[in-house]
Order: sequence, then C-alpha cells, then structure tokens
Amino acid sequence: MLEPITHPAGRSLLFGRLTLDSLPFLKPDLEGHIVLATLVGVLLGGLAILGIVTKKRLWGYLWNEWFTSVDHKKLGIMYMILGTVMLLRGFADAVMMRAQQAVAFGPNMGYLPPEHYDQIFTAHGSIMIFFVAMAYIVGLINYVMPLQIGSRDVAFPFLNNLSFWFTFWGAITFMVSLFVGDFSTAGWLGYPPVSELQQGPGVDYYIWGLQLSGVGTLLSGVNFVVTIIKMRAPGMTMMKMPVFTWTSLCTSGLIIATFPVLTATLLLLSLDRYVGTHFFTSDFGGNVMMYINLIWVWGHPEVYILILPIFGIYSEIVPTFSGKPLFGYSSMVYATCAIMILSYLVWLHHFFTMGSGADVNSFFALTTMIISIPTGVKIFNWLFTMYRGRVHFTVPMLWTMGFLFTFTIGGMTGVMLSVAPADFLLHNSLFLIAHFHNVIIGGVVFGVFAGVNYWFPKAFGFKLDEFWGKASFWFWQIGFWLAFGPLYIMGFMGVTRRLSHFDNPALQPYFIVAGIGAALIALGIGSFVLQIAISILRRKQYAVGGDPWNGRTLEWATSSPPPGYNFAFTPNVHQRDAWMDMKKHGYQRPLEGFNDIHMPSNTAAGVVIGVLSFACCFALVWYIWWLAAASFVGVIVASIVHTFNYHRDYYIPKDEVRTFEHSGNWQPESQGANA
Amino acid sequence: MSHSDSHDHAAHGHDEHANHGSLRSYLTGFVLAGILTVIPFWLVMGHVFQSHWVTITVVLLLAIVQILVHVIYFLHLDTRSEGGWNMLSFVFTIVLVVIVLGASIWVMYNENTNMMPMSPQYQHNGE
Repeated sequence: MLEPITHPAGRSLLFGRLTLDSLPFLKPDLEGHIVLATLVGVLLGGLAILGIVTKKRLWGYLWNEWFTSVDHKKLGIMYMILGTVMLLRGFADAVMMRAQQAVAFGPNMGYLPPEHYDQIFTAHGSIMIFFVAMAYIVGLINYVMPLQIGSRDVAFPFLNNLSFWFTFWGAITFMVSLFVGDFSTAGWLGYPPVSELQQGPGVDYYIWGLQLSGVGTLLSGVNFVVTIIKMRAPGMTMMKMPVFTWTSLCTSGLIIATFPVLTATLLLLSLDRYVGTHFFTSDFGGNVMMYINLIWVWGHPEVYILILPIFGIYSEIVPTFSGKPLFGYSSMVYATCAIMILSYLVWLHHFFTMGSGADVNSFFALTTMIISIPTGVKIFNWLFTMYRGRVHFTVPMLWTMGFLFTFTIGGMTGVMLSVAPADFLLHNSLFLIAHFHNVIIGGVVFGVFAGVNYWFPKAFGFKLDEFWGKASFWFWQIGFWLAFGPLYIMGFMGVTRRLSHFDNPALQPYFIVAGIGAALIALGIGSFVLQIAISILRRKQYAVGGDPWNGRTLEWATSSPPPGYNFAFTPNVHQRDAWMDMKKHGYQRPLEGFNDIHMPSNTAAGVVIGVLSFACCFALVWYIWWLAAASFVGVIVASIVHTFNYHRDYYIPKDEVRTFEHSGNWQPESQGANA
Repeated sequence: MSHSDSHDHAAHGHDEHANHGSLRSYLTGFVLAGILTVIPFWLVMGHVFQSHWVTITVVLLLAIVQILVHVIYFLHLDTRSEGGWNMLSFVFTIVLVVIVLGASIWVMYNENTNMMPMSPQYQHNGE
C-alpha cells in the first residue's frame, strides 16, 4: 500500500465516506436480506426492552443505581451481563461457521460467500476474546476481589466506571459494523498485509473498537493492582491473601505490562492506514513480521491474563467443596508468579514457521515447554486438595472437574505444538484451532461458569438452579468434545483453518459431527440462560444467607447481597482463609457501635466520556473529520470538567448502617458453628 | 479515597512514603549527571578511542549509569519506599523491557536474514 486509502467518490464533508451504499441491509441480495432480518429482529427486541423499561419507569433506577454507579459490585455485574450478551453474539458467529463448513463441499458452495465468512471468523475470534472472556474476567475480579481483601471498593471507583464504559462502547463499535458497513476479514489479530490492504471501514471498526476496550482494560488493571497493594484488611499480608486475589494481582500486572503494546501496535497500523506511513508494509522499509512480533508480545501474555484469574477461581472452589484448606498454597502463589514472568518469554511459538533460525525457535520451544510445569503444579495442587477431602458434587465443583479433565488434555496438545518441528506440520491447521478452544473453553469458559455458580448466591442472595446447572455442564462438556474432537483429527490430516469450502467429500462427516457438537453447546448456553431465569422465578425458594457454601474467604463474611459499604467494620485477618478462621474462633458479628461510613459518590462523567469516545471512534471509521475532532475535544473537556466536581464522596449515616446490619440477609447464626 | 478512614489503624506496615530528598542529594545527583554527560561528549568529540564500537559501548554503559543516577537522586527510588513496591515494579519494568526489546531485536534480525528477499542485483552477484 503506497497511499493512504482514499475514497474520492462518495466522500462528503458531513458524512465522510458513509453513504447509503454502506448499509448492507439495503442490498437486494441474500446477504442483504439476512442482515435486514437480523436488523429487524434487533430493533424489535431493542424496542421491546426500551418499552418495558419506560413502562415500568426504570430509567431513573437504571441511571442512578447502575449506569452512574461507582460500586465495584454493580460494575462487576454489568461486566458479566455484557459478557453474556456478547457470548450470544460470538456464538451465533460460531454456529454460522459450523453450518457453512458442514454443507460446503464439492459443488455446494454453502450459504456464505467467502468475504462474509471471513468477516464472521474475524468477529467470532475478537469478540470472544475481548468482549466475552475479558469482560467476564474483569467482571469477576471486580465483584469478588475487593470483598476478599475486606475493602469497601476499589482504589479508584470513578476510573472503574469509566473502564466499564470504554469496554461497553468498544463492544458497541464492533456491533455497529454488523449494520453499517462491514467488518475486518483479517482474522482476530488483524495481520497485515490483509489489514493494510482491505479497503472500507471493516479494519477501522476493528482497530477503534479494540483501542477503546484496550484502554478500558488497562485502566482496570491499574485499578486492581493499586487496590490489592494498598487496601487489604489489616493483618492480611501478601502470603495470607486468597489465591483468587493473588491471581488477580498477577493478571493485572500482566495487563499493565502488555496492553500498552497492543495500543501502540494498533496505533502504528492505523497510521499506515490513515496517513500512509510504512510501518508494516512490505516496501519502503516497512516490515510485516514486526507487526506479527509485536501483536504476539501482547497476544501471548493475553491468554495468561485470561487463564490466571480462572485458576484463582478453581483454587477457591476446590477447598470450599472439599472441606479442607488448599494443598500447597505457597507453591500455588509461586507457580502463578512464575507463569506471569514466563508468559513473556514464549510469544514466538505463535510464528515458528515464519523463518527464525533454529536457535531462536529452540529457545522459544523450550520456554513454552517450561511454562507447562508451573501449570502442572497447579493441577496437582487441586487434585491433592480433593484427595481425602469430603467432596461435594455441586455445580461449581462439576465445572471444576470438567476443567481438570478437559484442560489437561488441551495442555498436552499445547506441549505437542511447542515442539517447533511438529509445529511446522500443525501450524494454522485445525489441530491448532482444536487446541486453543480446548484450553479456552475447557479453562476459561468452564471457570467462568464455575465462578458464576459459586458467587451468584453472594451477589443476589439466592442459589442458582442445580438441575439446569448440571444440564448446562453436561451439554457443554459433551458438546465441546464432539465439536473439537473431529477438528483434532482433521488437523492431523492437514486440513487448514479459515476455509469456507472444501473439495474432499471424505471430510464432510467430521464437519457434520462438529456441527452436532456446536448444537449441543447451544443447548448448554440455552440451559445456562434458563438456569438463571428459573432461579430468578424461584428466588424465594432458593434464598440463602451470607455463607451458603460454608466458605473460607472474607466475601462470605458479609450479607448476600452485600451492602454498598461491604463491611461495617473492616475485618482483622490473622490467618489464611480468614473467614474460616473467624468462624472457628466463634466470631460474633458486632451489632452496635457503628460509625458513619465514608463512600465515593456516583458520577455521570464515565457515561458522558464513554459516549463521546464512541462518537469519536465511529467518526474516525467513516472519515467524518468534524465529528471526530468535536467529540475528541468533548472527551478532553468532559474530563477536565470532572476534575472540578467536588461532590465526590458522602457519608452513610451510622443509623442507616445499623438498620442494615440488623436486617440484612445474613447467614443463620447456627450454621457458622459447625464449620 | 473512601477507605483512608478505615485503614488508618495500622493497616499497613509498609505505608512509609518516599523520601523527598535533600539539597545535598539533589546537588550530588546534579553533579554526577553533569559528569556523566560531559564524559561521553568528550569521548565523541575528542576521538579518544580508535574504534567506533568501543566508543558506542562506553557511551551506552555511561547512559545506563546516568539512568540509575536520575532514578536514585531525582526520583528517590530506594528499597524502602512504599514498602519496596516501587523497587519491585522498577525491576519488573526493567525485566520486561529487556525481554521485549532484546528478544524482538533477536527475532527480527533472524527473520530478516533468513527471509527477506534480496534484490535481483544482489541475487545475481551472489551466484
């Protein structure tokens, strides 16, 4: 690409390159009709929700209690809702790909033209990582970590709200591409030269959506590190922190260290696209490989950013449902720290085939093999925790055991891929696809469902339905193997990824089995949604107190759901598993002597800055320069105006605290004694 | 923030804040920084070493010392401030920068020599 992309035809001062031709649902072909039908569905669904909210007069409630809230618990729940909605979108993409590959053989070209298929796999990958997995991770850390360390909120509550809105509008930027313009076809990491040469707004949607959410994630990482280092309850030294808090700390450290690399790399890519620089071109001194190197400097630590907090979730669930302390707490902590550093030393294994010499490839192959050792240590710790424990087969525990089985196999295929010569055969094959779905579904997704089932009673005061939870687990577990088992086999036979059509009819049975697997996973997602709906309907029947699982860490020491201030008195910590220790020593919750509690106030600044940033990104995608400039200035002005907001905090009067402490949803006192 | 009240009572043994330096330490830093600037200037302008590579190496080493002088005397980094967290994050940053820059240069050098196509003229001469 020698010149910045220009579209002299159809560029207007008012709308940039946005014209009626950019709207795919106006096109009279099959694709246009599909998009139109989707748009009508989204509009009807959206109008129905807006109608209900308006009719029930919920706008004030949503605005005051949720959108402008700086409460880490509410932000955590909003992240989880965002993650679930985006999971449905990302999974719809997966179903479309499975359906296409199950039928597109020989003369049958399937129902998706290649350009459309390419957009779908790009959207699927980037949405699943950035807006499903990351949203879930940040949501769970947000909700649980401050409770676990006995804190009243995160260190920077407003920043937390701002992070959420950045992530939210990043997701909206992706979603808008469905109906206005198109999406990138360059894969979830946007490799050049495709990402440089693709005309139109697709790659720009990808870039600006990721920039928004990337900044949001970075700010969350800073927030979590400061919270964990500065705001732990008295007595909670580093080696007395719950393991989930430890893994949150390491993940946040990784976020701080790597997300700037992502931001810088995407910025260089956008400079290439917008002003004609040559960072990643193949001429004028540019280097395509530099992009691939940089994006994986971020990309590999990113997968550990996803999995580390999930390891923390399992480390909370296994001891709780085995009725004994975690086996090898220190080794768990050291393994987490080792993974944090080692995850920086393996990124080249994503491009063994790109032409490095034998010494470079061997170095990164070895580091990749080494990183499986601390992970193996963790697996054994969980197994030894269960060994001779009184294991309760609850839904969170089922997900955990499904994880142990599935993730271990995914880890082993990972070690196979780490052998550089083997990778020359398996690179970009379906084996790789099966491998990373094996660790991300078997690790991250299972862990998120385990965590949701585990902490849901804390967040809402009632348990989730067991039957539909178990149904969801089994559909996911069996569906996963049916969907990805055939991909492992075909990968060995040399079938490559990202193909929308196959010539060899012998492969069709494998793809049909994979399609059936995807259908089972769909049932699993359906069961999860049903599980939540049914539990809400039966919330009276499923109601629980503050400590439904006989928990071990501080989040179970407060009521369910916790009050806005979390703890009326900051707990004193003497041992690991602080709440279990308190229960053993006959802890009595104080019911008198409360003080006013100092809390941060809600603010609309996050919402305003979020909307303006989205306007700026949308304008940049479509070259609407006046809007880009205006909204960018708006972001700066809104930020400055916010610094003059002196109504940042308030006091909850002690009478109100006393009222809640006497009426909240606490654990029945008798239950604590038989711990 | 909202928590300062609840955390006042001996919550953290490591809340000792960074020292703010004295006139003496600032002057020491200033003089050291000056010396460390003058030496490389003299090395380059006076053509002290025969070999360019020796000059470059010495200048780079002095630059690293210069960074340390700035960090210690002007940014007041020591092992005690913020309970050692400042030092830890500084070391963490150094490790990451060394890994990312060092390994990227190594990787890109490798791929460049192995994979970049040579111009027809070079290919012709090489045969």
